Amino acid sequence: MLAYLIRRILYAVPILIGVNLLTFALFFVVNTPDDMARMQLGIKRVTPEAIEKWKQQRGYDKPLLINSAAGGTDKLTDTIFWQKSASMFVFDFGYSDDGRSIGREIAKRMGPSLAIALPTFLIGLIVYVSFALLMTMFRATALDMAGVALCVLLMSISGLFYIIGGQFVVSKLWHLVPISGYAGGADSFKFVVLPILIGVAGSIGSSSRWYRTIFLEEIGKDYVRTARAKGLSELRVLFTHVLKNAMIPILTGVVVVIPLLFMGSLLTESFFGIPGLGSYTIDAINAQDFSVVRAMVFLGSVLYIVGLILTDISYTVVDPRVRLQ
Amino acid sequence: MRVLWIMLLMPLAACDGSLWNNPYPASDDGKSILYTAFTERPKHLDPAQAYSENEYEFLALIYSPPLQYHYLKRPYQLSPLAASALPKVTYLDKSRHPLPDKAAAERIAYSVYEIRIKPGMRYQPHPAFVPANYMRKPGSIAALGDFADTATRTVTAADYAYQIKRLVHPRLHTPIAGVMSEYIVGLKDYAATLQAAAKAHPDEFLDLNRYPLPGVEVVDTTTYRITINGKYPQFAYWLAMPFFSPLPQEVERFYALPGMKERNLTLDWWPVGSGPYYLSENDPNRRMVLMKNPYYDSETYPAEGEGGDAAAGFLADAGKPLPLIDSIVFSLEKETIPYWNKFLQGYYDASAISSDSFDQAVAVGVSGEATVSEAMKAQGIVLDTAVSTSTMYTGFNLLDPVTGGNTERARKLRRAIAIAVDFEEFVSIFANGRGISAQSPIPPGIFGHREGCEGINHYVYDCVKGAPERKSIAEAKRLLDEAGYPGGVDVRTGQPLVIHFDTTATGMGNKSRLDWLRKQFDKLGVQLDIRSTDYNRFQDKIRRGDTQMFFYGWNADYPDPENFFFLLHGPQAKVAKGGENASNYSDPEFDRLFEQMKNMDNGPARQAIIDRMLETLRRDSPWLWGYHPKNYVLRQGWLHNVKPNIMANNKLKYWRVEAAQRDRLRREWNQPVRWPLWLGAALVLLFALWIWRVLQKREQGR
Repeated sequence: MLAYLIRRILYAVPILIGVNLLTFALFFVVNTPDDMARMQLGIKRVTPEAIEKWKQQRGYDKPLLINSAAGGTDKLTDTIFWQKSASMFVFDFGYSDDGRSIGREIAKRMGPSLAIALPTFLIGLIVYVSFALLMTMFRATALDMAGVALCVLLMSISGLFYIIGGQFVVSKLWHLVPISGYAGGADSFKFVVLPILIGVAGSIGSSSRWYRTIFLEEIGKDYVRTARAKGLSELRVLFTHVLKNAMIPILTGVVVVIPLLFMGSLLTESFFGIPGLGSYTIDAINAQDFSVVRAMVFLGSVLYIVGLILTDISYTVVDPRVRLQ
Repeated sequence: MRVLWIMLLMPLAACDGSLWNNPYPASDDGKSILYTAFTERPKHLDPAQAYSENEYEFLALIYSPPLQYHYLKRPYQLSPLAASALPKVTYLDKSRHPLPDKAAAERIAYSVYEIRIKPGMRYQPHPAFVPANYMRKPGSIAALGDFADTATRTVTAADYAYQIKRLVHPRLHTPIAGVMSEYIVGLKDYAATLQAAAKAHPDEFLDLNRYPLPGVEVVDTTTYRITINGKYPQFAYWLAMPFFSPLPQEVERFYALPGMKERNLTLDWWPVGSGPYYLSENDPNRRMVLMKNPYYDSETYPAEGEGGDAAAGFLADAGKPLPLIDSIVFSLEKETIPYWNKFLQGYYDASAISSDSFDQAVAVGVSGEATVSEAMKAQGIVLDTAVSTSTMYTGFNLLDPVTGGNTERARKLRRAIAIAVDFEEFVSIFANGRGISAQSPIPPGIFGHREGCEGINHYVYDCVKGAPERKSIAEAKRLLDEAGYPGGVDVRTGQPLVIHFDTTATGMGNKSRLDWLRKQFDKLGVQLDIRSTDYNRFQDKIRRGDTQMFFYGWNADYPDPENFFFLLHGPQAKVAKGGENASNYSDPEFDRLFEQMKNMDNGPARQAIIDRMLETLRRDSPWLWGYHPKNYVLRQGWLHNVKPNIMANNKLKYWRVEAAQRDRLRREWNQPVRWPLWLGAALVLLFALWIWRVLQKREQGR
C-alpha cells in the first residue's frame, strides 16, 4: 500500500502544476496586472505611477511566463508564474494583495467552516442513510411512494429557499435562534444549529434517493435472502448486511468530499454570517486578488486529491477483496 | 470523551439568561454599546492608505486629524478637532514676504498653515509605547494581546509632521500623494529622496525623520506649519481627513519588528490613534469592535447648532465629554435580509433600507414627503433622510465625433437627449424616490448650489411655480432636428442615429434599467446600443476615450464646488492627462473660470463665477446631470443625537443609546415561541413509535 500511496502522491505533482498553470492562464487572460492594481487602488485619484509602484511591490511588474530579458534559469524563475506558484508546493501561500498572510487567513477561517460543514455532513449522512433504508424497508408500499415523492419535492426546492425560509420561520417568527452571526467555542451552538438543520434538510431529497437506489440494488441479492432465511430481523438485515455491502458506492461519493469540508459553503456562510472559507475565493475573484485565487484553487486541488486517495484506502477497509498495489 | 462532553454541554450555553435569538452575549445587556453592521470589509486601516467610505467609518473614530466637520451646523463647515483652533493661514509672496489676507491669488506664492494642537492629548493604550516590548521574541507572539504591557503617550506636533511624510512613503500607496505633491512644498522631491533611500537599503526600516521635508516645520511640541504652493483654500478640508492624523514613529518601528507582518500585525490592520475609540477586535470576516479610548478627554458635545436643533433635542447633551457610547460593535452582514430582520428584532440600532424592504419601512405622503410606515412607527423606529454630497451622472465622451465636440450641432444633440432621459422617472422607479434630479454637478448643501428658479437648468427644465418641470419631448425633437437628426435619422448619411452606451451593468438584475434607458431614447427615435462590459474593460474604454456615453458617479471628498467642477476641468481630461475628467470636456472659458474660482473664498464674487460656469456647462451639456442620491436611514427609538451629516465620518461619537430601553423592548419583541419545539418532538416520537409498531407487526407476520 505504501508504494501505491507514494505513486499517487507523485502523480499529484504534475496534476497540481497543471492546475496552477490553468488557473494562472485563465486569470491573466481576463485580468492584467494593471487591472489588478486599479481594482486594489480604487477609482479615485489613481495615477500611472501608483499603478507601477503597486505592481513593482507585489512582483506583478515581471513577465508572465518567460523572462526573455533574463539569462539562465532566471528566464523561468524571474516571472510572475514562478514567483507566485513555486512556494505553494511547500504550502507557503504568501500574502494577499491587501497584505494579509493567506495561510493565517485560511487557518482562521477553516474552524467556522468546519463547525457547520462537519456536523452537517455527519448528521446528514446518518439521516440520509436511515431515511433511505427506511424507504427500502417499506419498498413498493405507500410509505415508500410518499418518501420518494417527498424526496422529489425537496429536491425541487432551491437551496436559497431553505435558507431564507428557515431564517424567516425559525429565527424571525419563532425567535428560537439568532438570524445570523457567529461566536467561538460553546457559544457557537445557537449560531450553527439552524445552518446545520437547513444544510441537512436541503440535501435529504437528492441524497436519500441516491442511497435508496443503492440499497434497492443490494436488497435483491442472494446474501440478503440467505440472511432472512437464517431468521434475522429486517432491521438487522438492512443495517448490518445491506448497509455494509453497499458501502463501496457510498464511500465513493462520501469520502472524497470529507477534505473539501474545510472549504465551506458560500451561500450558507453568507446568509448566516459565518466567518468561514466559503466566500474567500469568490471575494478574491471579485477583488481580482490572484494571490488568494491561486492559493485557494491549489488548496482545493490538494484536498480533492487527498479525498480520492482516502477513498481508495477506505475501499480496502470495507471490502477485504480490494488491495492497493 | 472530552469532545463528547463539550458537545453535550453546548446546548446549555444558550441558557445563559439571554434571549434565544440574541446574537450578542447576555453580559452585554445594559451596557452602552452601539450595534451596527458593515457590508464590505475595509481593505486598509492605515491612515496614509485608506480612502474609501467603509474604511473611514472606522478610521474617523480612531484617528484625530486637526479638523473635522461640525456635527450640527449647516451648511457644512469645519471646526477644530485635534487643533485648538482653525489653522492660521499666512500668505507669502515669491520672496516669502507676508501678504495681506485679501491679497490676489496670483500674488500668493505660498500659503503657510500654522496648526496648534490641543496640549495633553494621548494615544490609545498600545504595546508600541512600551520599550520592553521591542525585545520580545517574535515566536512568542500570535496576536497584539500577547503583549501584556501597554502604555500611552502624549500626542505631539512632530507626530502630525511624521504622518505627512508618510504620504509619500515608497512602500505605501497613498491615493492623494499626487495631489499633495503638487501643493505641499518639497513633497515631490522628498518622495524621490525616500525612493532612492529605500532602493539603497531595501531591507532596512526607512527612518523618515532622517530626511527633512521643507514644507513641514515643527515649531514646538504643539505647533507645526505646513507650507503649500500658491493659494489653495480647499487644503483645510484635507486637514479633516485621516491622511493628516498624527502617527508616532515608534508605532511604525514596532510593526516593523521581525515576524510581525507574518502574523498580520501591521499598521494597516491594527491602527494606533488618539481618537475617541480604538480597535479592540479586528475580524473583518465576522465583526470589528471599537472601544472607548480611556485617554480621550479633549472633546465635548457641541453647544451650538443650527436653528431647530435645540427643539429637536440635539443640544440635550451639550458639554458632555465625548464619546457618549462606550463601545461599537460592527458585524459583517453580507446579505440584506438577515440585516433587515435583525434590525426589526432590535439587534441593530440603525439600518439602511434596501429596495426589498422599502415598502415595508417607508410611507410616502401625498406631497411626496417620506415617513416611516405605521408598522415601523409602532416599534418606535425613526426615519432620517439627507441628500448626499454625491452625483450620479451619465457622461458624453466629448472626443467622440457624434456626441462630442463644442459645435452647436453637438450641443443640441446632447441637450435633446438630456430632455428625453427622464431622471425623475428613473429615481421614482429604480431608487424608490430616494434622490433628486440634478440641475448641475453641484448637489444641495455645497456652496454654489442654488434653490428655486435661479438654480434650474433652463436648457432642460422650465420653472413652474418655483419648481423644475422637464421640457416636452417635442422640444427635444426640435433640438434633434436642428442637430441634423430629424426623427433620429442622420441627414448626412440617411442612416438611423445609433448611440453606444457603455456600462458595467450586466445580468438580469440590470435589464429593467437598461430597457428603461432604451425607451428614453426611443422617444426621440434614436437607437441606443448598450455595451455591457466588465469593470476592467469599462475602465479601459474610459481611459482610451473609446465610448460615446457612460454611467458614472462622484462622491465628494470635501464640500466645495471645486471638488465637483474639477471633473469637467479641461487640463484634467482622462484621455489627454489621465485625470478625473472622464468626459474629456474642455472649454477655455470654463477652464479659466475654474482656475479663478478654485482659489476664492466663499462669497458673492465666487457665487457669480460659479453661476457663469454652470451656465457654460448647462449650455454644453457634457453630462446628463442625473441625480443626487438621498440617504434614508432608520434608527431605533432608543438611539439619540442622530442628525444626518453626510460629510462627517466620525458622527458615532455623538450618538447616545438608552440601553435599558433597548433591553426592555428586545425582550418584548423576541420572546421565544416554544410550541413548535414540543410539536416537532412529539411528531418525531409518534413517527418513530409508528414505525416501530409496523416493524413489530411485520416481524410477527414472518
